[in-house]
Amino acid sequence: MNPLLLLLFIPILTMVGIVMVTDLKWVRVISAIGMSAQLLFSFLLLYWFYQERGAGNTDPMLFVSSTMWYESFNIQWKFGIDGISMAMILLTSVVTFAGIFVSWQVDNLQKEFFISLILLATGVYGFFISIDLFTMFLFYEVAVIPMYLLIGIWGTGPKEYSAMKLTLMLMGGSALLLVGMLGIYFNSAPAGGKLTFDLLEIKRVGIPLSAQLFFFPFTFIGFGVLGALFPFHTWSPDGHASAPTAVSMLHAGVLMKLGGYGAFRVAMYLMPEAAHELAWIFIILTSISVVYGAFGAIWQKDLKYINAYSSVSHCGLVLFALLMMNETATTGAILQMISHGLMTALFFALIGMIYGRTHTRMIHEMGGLMKVIPFLSVLYVIAGLASLGLPGLSGFVAEMTIFVGAFQHSDTFHRIATILAISSIVITAVYILRVVGTLLLGPLKNDHYLQLQDATWFEKVGGVTLVLAIAAIGMAPLWLSNLIREPLMAILQTLTN
Amino acid sequence: MDYSFTLLIVLLPLAGFVLLGLFHDRLKPMVAGTLGTLNLLVITLFSYYTAFHYFTQGNSESGYTAIKAFNLLWLSFTESLQIQLGILLDPLSVMMLVVITTVSLMVHIYSLGYMKGEKGFQRYYAFLSLFTFSMLGLVVATNIFQMYIFWELVGVSSYLLIGFYYERPSAVAASKKAFIVTRFADLGFLLGILLLSFYTNTFDFTTLTSMDGVAISSPPAALFLGMSVTTWAMLLIFMGGAGKSAMFPLHIWLPDAMEGPTPVSALIHAATMVVAGVYLVARLFPVYALSSPDSLEVIAYVGSFTSLFAAIIACTQLDIKRVLAFSTLSQIGYMMVALGVSGYGGEEGLGYMAALFHLFTHAFFKALLFLGAGSVIHAVHSNLMTDMGGLRKFMPITHITFLIACLTIAGIPPLSGFFSKDEILVAAYEHNKIIFVVQWLVAGITAFYMFRLYFNIFWNRTPHFHHTPHESPALMTFPLIFLAIASVLAGFVPFHALVTSDGKAFHTELHWMIAIPSVLIAVVGIGVAAWFYLKQNILPEKVTHGVKGMYTLVYHKFYIDELYLFLTHKVIFNFISRPVAWFDRHIVDGTMNLIGDTTVYGSNLIKKMQSGHMQWYIWFFTSGVLLLAFLLLYLN
Repeated sequence: MNPLLLLLFIPILTMVGIVMVTDLKWVRVISAIGMSAQLLFSFLLLYWFYQERGAGNTDPMLFVSSTMWYESFNIQWKFGIDGISMAMILLTSVVTFAGIFVSWQVDNLQKEFFISLILLATGVYGFFISIDLFTMFLFYEVAVIPMYLLIGIWGTGPKEYSAMKLTLMLMGGSALLLVGMLGIYFNSAPAGGKLTFDLLEIKRVGIPLSAQLFFFPFTFIGFGVLGALFPFHTWSPDGHASAPTAVSMLHAGVLMKLGGYGAFRVAMYLMPEAAHELAWIFIILTSISVVYGAFGAIWQKDLKYINAYSSVSHCGLVLFALLMMNETATTGAILQMISHGLMTALFFALIGMIYGRTHTRMIHEMGGLMKVIPFLSVLYVIAGLASLGLPGLSGFVAEMTIFVGAFQHSDTFHRIATILAISSIVITAVYILRVVGTLLLGPLKNDHYLQLQDATWFEKVGGVTLVLAIAAIGMAPLWLSNLIREPLMAILQTLTN
Repeated sequence: MDYSFTLLIVLLPLAGFVLLGLFHDRLKPMVAGTLGTLNLLVITLFSYYTAFHYFTQGNSESGYTAIKAFNLLWLSFTESLQIQLGILLDPLSVMMLVVITTVSLMVHIYSLGYMKGEKGFQRYYAFLSLFTFSMLGLVVATNIFQMYIFWELVGVSSYLLIGFYYERPSAVAASKKAFIVTRFADLGFLLGILLLSFYTNTFDFTTLTSMDGVAISSPPAALFLGMSVTTWAMLLIFMGGAGKSAMFPLHIWLPDAMEGPTPVSALIHAATMVVAGVYLVARLFPVYALSSPDSLEVIAYVGSFTSLFAAIIACTQLDIKRVLAFSTLSQIGYMMVALGVSGYGGEEGLGYMAALFHLFTHAFFKALLFLGAGSVIHAVHSNLMTDMGGLRKFMPITHITFLIACLTIAGIPPLSGFFSKDEILVAAYEHNKIIFVVQWLVAGITAFYMFRLYFNIFWNRTPHFHHTPHESPALMTFPLIFLAIASVLAGFVPFHALVTSDGKAFHTELHWMIAIPSVLIAVVGIGVAAWFYLKQNILPEKVTHGVKGMYTLVYHKFYIDELYLFLTHKVIFNFISRPVAWFDRHIVDGTMNLIGDTTVYGSNLIKKMQSGHMQWYIWFFTSGVLLLAFLLLYLN
């Protein structure tokens, strides 16, 4: 059996287990066991991946298997991974694992909550291992739909509005995507040939330029909506603000990465000429995203809004780097997805924990938390430092790779866009230090906070896992960078020509 | 000889940080402090050993050669652009190792006394270790990106230590300011690195500064806005250095940084981190001197202006730590001047040698001044010189060591400051007379404000003290004595034979023609200070009253902070950030909501068709059928 299928079976089994169990206490335990198994398995997979490569297997995708699903449209269950998907799988496992522990105390409809959460994760895994466009899209929807329920039921604030907005905007993106995908499908073979959804096959045959030019924007923007591409990002602040903690974590940490990953794997990989032709439009949009998100974050007062805008900025950098279309920048883009995934998950986890204690997310209503909840505060500072790109933490590695890559273009247009994007490192420092200064440092604002309890064991597990991952990447980035870079050469050959 | 043990010099402080950081609440304060200090003692001994061997054995006919003691590939961007983490030993870095470990060790010992009983004592020592690690990593960097990495790390350790008293709003604000201002400068540094590496295709210092490297043999000549890209790159890199070294106009964070504990100010904001900019320029000096003399010119003027500007402000400040902070700015200005007026190779490189010589001596006497000030503050519980006076009777050791430091910085022979300042003035004299005159004047002003400080603390009127001040404990006086001895002797180190621009020794001697006037002006400065401040009198008030407008302007540091505050708060917050936030909520999101609302409105309009009334359905149905029938018939 293809080992990749385990990535789907473990979560499915976990969900079955949750359904079967009668005692609610066991729900979270089963979830934790399932997701721990998934985490361990991901690392095992990484080991097998290296083993396979070490044995001299140079196929672009490893562990490929395919089963025909729907003969007449040529839809298959076709799975396979390369270094990039491997990295994304690791990210998903770490974030999901942490997310389960952070949600340890969800008491409303526990069963349904954990099932939805794991279902979402399953969709994400499926997306990352698919190499058939149709199943990829299917898993994409599997991941997006539970989001509606998770926010609408377990959310806070104007949750119905936010859930609706988020889902509708993402569905709007899906609609564009569907058009793009069908466009690719119907151009996937020369006249009279057999149409296919198989990414590798489509790539081999190549899509005619006119079709590329027409369908590239649909596909890129379709994925871009999920990747918070300006001006289609507004679901993000409201959505995150209302979402329960673990959902924000998974959503910003993993789900938004589907956007960047898809934009690369589908839009740019399959339609390189169009990508070249149209890149300038999106470079403008994304470099605006980067700076705009950062400036937006400076003004916000709600912790979740700050982080949502910061995500707009950081995810903008992902798409920006992809559009630079060289090996270094693209490696940086994937690194940035992983780095942002981890640190934004950590941020949202901590925001949730702080909110659970102080019942407010307004930074001005709090202050001096370092004194009463030092453990959480220190984690928050670490997340902040990662976000502003401190060396030794993951953000630095990703950003520097992007900047060096983007700087390889020496024409004025790229230079200006790059310098604009780089200048965000200062603005990021401003809003991060503002939050740290107001929220954590200074005198204690509210005497009631003296009663606050510092992190519980399950919060520590969740937070520390993420911090360790951030620090591990930040201190020893070479393995990850090489893992990502290895498949890029072949992919980018067509992009750079 | 095998220098791979130098890896320990960098790794031990990191280990100290991790250990103290993780177990800070399980270790007793004194245990943590002692562990940190012993750790640093070992590191210091390692660096002395390295320096001894390097300087005694490394010299050959062609001068000192650079040794890569360790090199590890950390991250690879492209085939040639790779970040290595390594250890580069050459006269410059070995000298810095000695300076950093010595001052850091003294500060570690001193803090055992000074910080005793403070909350967060263990955290303090953890941060000190982190800083030492970062600073050592910075000076041994083999390539410019490694330097940038540790550059950021020293920035963050400085942030953490300035904000050590995190419950104090002023400390929080100061730490934030320091970080953001230097971050802004680092933006320039980063762009400079990217630009330079794009054209030279390397990060490596050895390749960058070698005579046949691209940067020197064929510097890219492409023009941008009338300047060559090399000059752009070197100036942008200097911007990073100017930020860390607090050169005008990026100096505003340093005076505020005095919110940190005093030993921290001595270590970071006087002796080591703030000279990183000087170190950076020195490290890339061949590129500056040979490929982009224009940028050196800029450096000289920036340094000269800063030294004058800061010296003037220092004359008016009342907070003794702030006086010292401005004095630091001024002295770093001297070092920058020296680099700026220097040429490359042999005696041409006098300025280069002088800058590093001054860096070396300054580290000792400025650390001594800060630690002495700390000892005074410890005794009278105030930073203001108006609360002090007559302290010579109560704290003899602090008094004598402080006096030595003041004489050293004023440039009185045969103390070390005299020698290093003399070399700088000679270099300036040979290159640019205007700068020479400015630096000569600044020497006088320096003597004046330092002795203003000295007399106001130790002489003058003795105020009424709440507790009688007493001499600090031995843990604090030992570093003072050690540093005082170092300040006296450091001038006799033969720098021209050790640390030179091309690694080769050259001949230099005292230039009496310049030494005599500079000593004279220093004596005049001291004399004026004595006349004003030795005894309590009304002269200073009369003078300040006479130039009231001018005095207020200088006292408020020329209102540069206010200007920045206006720029950041009013312009960036209100004119950029706020409109962006508004635009996002109302225009971008408004459009999305509009689409949603239109849909709802549209469906409200047509939902009446689904009323549930059978008559309507039949009516619609019949009309539809009729319409279709009509169309079919008619169109056929």
